[in-house]
Amino acid sequence: MALDNEAKPEAMHGSTPISKAPRNQVLLALRLVAFFATAAATVVMALNKQTKTMVVATIGSTPIKATLSAKFQHTPAFVYFVIANGMASLHNLLMIVVEIWGDKFDYKGLRLVIIAILDMMTVALASGGDGAATFMAELGKNGNSHARWNKICDKFGSFCDHGSGAIISSFAGLLLLVIITAMSIGRLAKPRPATLSPV
Amino acid sequence: MITSRSDHRPLKAREDSMAKAKISLVLRLLAVGSTAAAIGIMVTSHATAKVLNLSFDARYNNTPAFVYFVVAEAVAGGYSLVSLFLSSKSLFWRAVMMMDVVIAMLPSSSIFATVAIGRVGKKGNNHAGWLPICGQVPKFCDRVIGALIVGFVAAAIYLVLLLCSLHSLFALKP
Repeated sequence: MALDNEAKPEAMHGSTPISKAPRNQVLLALRLVAFFATAAATVVMALNKQTKTMVVATIGSTPIKATLSAKFQHTPAFVYFVIANGMASLHNLLMIVVEIWGDKFDYKGLRLVIIAILDMMTVALASGGDGAATFMAELGKNGNSHARWNKICDKFGSFCDHGSGAIISSFAGLLLLVIITAMSIGRLAKPRPATLSPV
Repeated sequence: MITSRSDHRPLKAREDSMAKAKISLVLRLLAVGSTAAAIGIMVTSHATAKVLNLSFDARYNNTPAFVYFVVAEAVAGGYSLVSLFLSSKSLFWRAVMMMDVVIAMLPSSSIFATVAIGRVGKKGNNHAGWLPICGQVPKFCDRVIGALIVGFVAAAIYLVLLLCSLHSLFALKP
């Protein structure tokens, strides 16, 4: 009897239904790419720093220089961005490890459910981090004339560039994470209840 | 092989699924209501103040983050309204469940964005030279905070909805 890739009926194997192998590989590949995307976003934003010496005022004929720096820690939105993306990449790593090596462990069939729930939580976290960082970056880029907030991107160009790169990478990771979550939830529904075994 | 959708499950399972359907319906109604409330509060937040020679006119339109908040809640609320009419037994239930994941992301991200911008408005940002504006337009700030709280409730309801549909999916496994 040839071993099929389809999910076998429950009667033959006992407790855990086998998920389809090709499906698993796509999921694994997606998780890997998402891990790289979120890890890259975390690292780029965490190392985001720019120091610049600027002329602040002129007294007489001597310009007064001040060293101003732009760091990601200055803005709580970016701090949260780093934390959220860090947690998202850790989650992806954990899930990859679980998928490759954790096939033996199952607790009352709850494994897929726990994976799906954790995926959802990570999506919520990462989406929050992305949204906050995007609008903060937009504020830095365009300023807000109504609130008299000046833009800072013209002075700290490379800080803004690195930040936008990190945000774009994080968006890619978030998109992949949403697809992964949808697939994880879809995997839950796959094994139809075997109300009748083919006896 | 049983491929039809006729219910051969025992009575308790059928009752359970009916109860779950009712809970899901109630949750969706709550979600629509809370997103509508959040939108209402944010849209009607408007205050003017004259400080020295500068006149502050604070509207939610001025900040793209608040506009995104309104748009995201509107999209999520509209989707919930539509999904109210597609019960769990129709053909679309799988698509609804997938879309639930995507849609649940919107209110959550918009809330974080609004919180980030609101924090700059409330406390300013010394390093960027941005002064807080809540002192000048306290009513606007209070309104925005109110909209945020309702938005939090809405986002929580969406996540609970997602868990609920997950539970109903999981219950199909023997």
